[in-house]
Amino acid sequence: MTEEAVVKVVNLKKWFPVKKGFFKSLLTRKELFLRAVDGISFDIRTREIFGLAGESGSGKTTAGRLVLKTIDPTAGKIFFKGKDITGLTRKEMKPLRPEMQMVFQDPYESLNPRMTVKDTIAEGLGVQRIVSDEKEAEEKVLRILEDVKLVPSEQFISRYPHELSGGQRQRVAIARAFVLDPEFIVADEPISMLDVSIRAEILNLILELSEKYNVSFLYITHDLATARHLCDRIAIMYLGKIMEMGTAEEIVNEPLHYYTKALIAAVPVPDPKSRRTRSIVKGEIPSPINPPSGCRFHTRCPAAEKICREKEPELIRVSGEHYVACHKSGQ
Amino acid sequence: MSLLNIDNLVTYYSTKRGPVRAVEGVSFRVEKGQATGLVGESGCGKTTVALSIMRILPSRGKVVGGKILWKGVDLVNFREKQMREVRWKEISIVFQGAMNALDPLYKLGDQISEAIQIHESRVSKTDLIKRTGELLGLVGLEPVRASSYPHELSGGMRQRGLIAMALACRPELLIADEPGTALDVIVQAQILSVMEDLRKRLNLGMILITHDLSTVADTCDKVVIMYAGKIAEHADVLELFEKPLHPYTQGLIRAFPSIRSARTRMTSIPGSPPDLLDPPKGCRFHPRCTYAKPICKQVEPVLTEKGGKEHFVACHLYDDA
Repeated sequence: MTEEAVVKVVNLKKWFPVKKGFFKSLLTRKELFLRAVDGISFDIRTREIFGLAGESGSGKTTAGRLVLKTIDPTAGKIFFKGKDITGLTRKEMKPLRPEMQMVFQDPYESLNPRMTVKDTIAEGLGVQRIVSDEKEAEEKVLRILEDVKLVPSEQFISRYPHELSGGQRQRVAIARAFVLDPEFIVADEPISMLDVSIRAEILNLILELSEKYNVSFLYITHDLATARHLCDRIAIMYLGKIMEMGTAEEIVNEPLHYYTKALIAAVPVPDPKSRRTRSIVKGEIPSPINPPSGCRFHTRCPAAEKICREKEPELIRVSGEHYVACHKSGQ
Repeated sequence: MSLLNIDNLVTYYSTKRGPVRAVEGVSFRVEKGQATGLVGESGCGKTTVALSIMRILPSRGKVVGGKILWKGVDLVNFREKQMREVRWKEISIVFQGAMNALDPLYKLGDQISEAIQIHESRVSKTDLIKRTGELLGLVGLEPVRASSYPHELSGGMRQRGLIAMALACRPELLIADEPGTALDVIVQAQILSVMEDLRKRLNLGMILITHDLSTVADTCDKVVIMYAGKIAEHADVLELFEKPLHPYTQGLIRAFPSIRSARTRMTSIPGSPPDLLDPPKGCRFHPRCTYAKPICKQVEPVLTEKGGKEHFVACHLYDDA
């Protein structure tokens, strides 16, 4: 365990205050919170692609924003390259920003429609004063465009987003993230809005660039099938907590948590001979404003017992990289 | 006689720059109790096929050729008054992102009752309540949910509510456009399971429109692969996955990583779907095809049956030498 983590979070929480209706606020003093992220801990190592998987309301997107400090945590700590950045102000964060970047889900919304490809990619270079003149900026842009395979690069620099396809736009978004030479990138569902036949291209690009430039990734997704093929390790989130964490192999082939098992069973496989088994969990995800007591998953778990309703299980190491938060998985 | 027989359907959208040839000669059948998957990526025309069947194309869209035979009768020539007898009562549809299609101001039960009342005259109040309750039960919702407003229901429940609404007048064919998208994978599995149940119980014909080959493998009997407004391949689901013939189908299958298989490098198909205002000459897929021959750039391949077993493919690679 001597590898230093690029990113480390300890007991991270983010609670959003919820506005009550007028009458409710007269009746009760109690503050209501949406507990989006409610105590998660993990680390991401150099050159690692770490998957954060979960369904809606799991808190994975909020976790991504917390790690980059685009929103401030309610509690817990965030470390970047060993340094505690939890309490840093925006001004203090600025010099760190080139080292931590983000790629968003919607390639149609994340690029400014009034900026050319060149302007979009070069903007960060200017803000961070990494380049001293226009010419240097253009050179960097041309090179990164080649890296993301938008060639001939001279043709692409003057294009506007509306002249590009979804896949091309996402490449520009990736170029924009990489041009600052970061050590860490958060990618939030970067391929879910792209056509299926081009998704793999973008994923392979992420893999390639991650290796070439030594960049770690936090890959946020609901698509376990893709996570399995792309990520080194995966953490499964449910209602703001991590239920299980391990290598991609461990999670997919030896899932311990009932939620993980249900998720994997629910993923359809492109093979008509192995049809999905009926879902082993019932119901839907409860509200994060009032999460279930004890283990959050107990309301849907086929193996729930008294202790599951009363006591929240801790995330315990089972072997090597494999951790699980469940009272019953030990057996 | 097939329940639905689409014969050489052609639908165009008129635009200032000329007609967008969204569906260009599509033929396939759906039988009672059978689920047919209509698969393709954005712009392939699958939703336009659905809208053409129901005759709910936007104002610029028009069926310009072919036949849509519903139980042997051609719907293309139906007047609006006649189509109204078909919609909801014979053929029904659940749209994409349907969870947001419910009116937020009315209770679910009232919306389902409304669907019944619009299409059937003089249904008594007791009958309405009874049928609404039955419909909710069919989709796995408790009868008490009839009094819920949409915002009080989760995405999955709303989707079930919409399926219940679509079945309100006991149609024989249900078209579902991307029923799983925007739903979490576990809820998606539940919804598809509900639809499968219904298909068996009511002997419903189903057309499942999706880009997700994995879902199709899981729920459909037959698969129609569409590309740029045309059918590339069409076969039984087992046959299609075992012996995909069209290079596009092969590429598409490879593009879906399986969670069960060992970790592999994912593959994609280079390029992107063509502009339907001015599609490529010859085979519309040739610019992206690694096997393209000179003939592919000149002559459009015809959908022909290959190797028996009702396996059709439109590709020059299989032209008899």
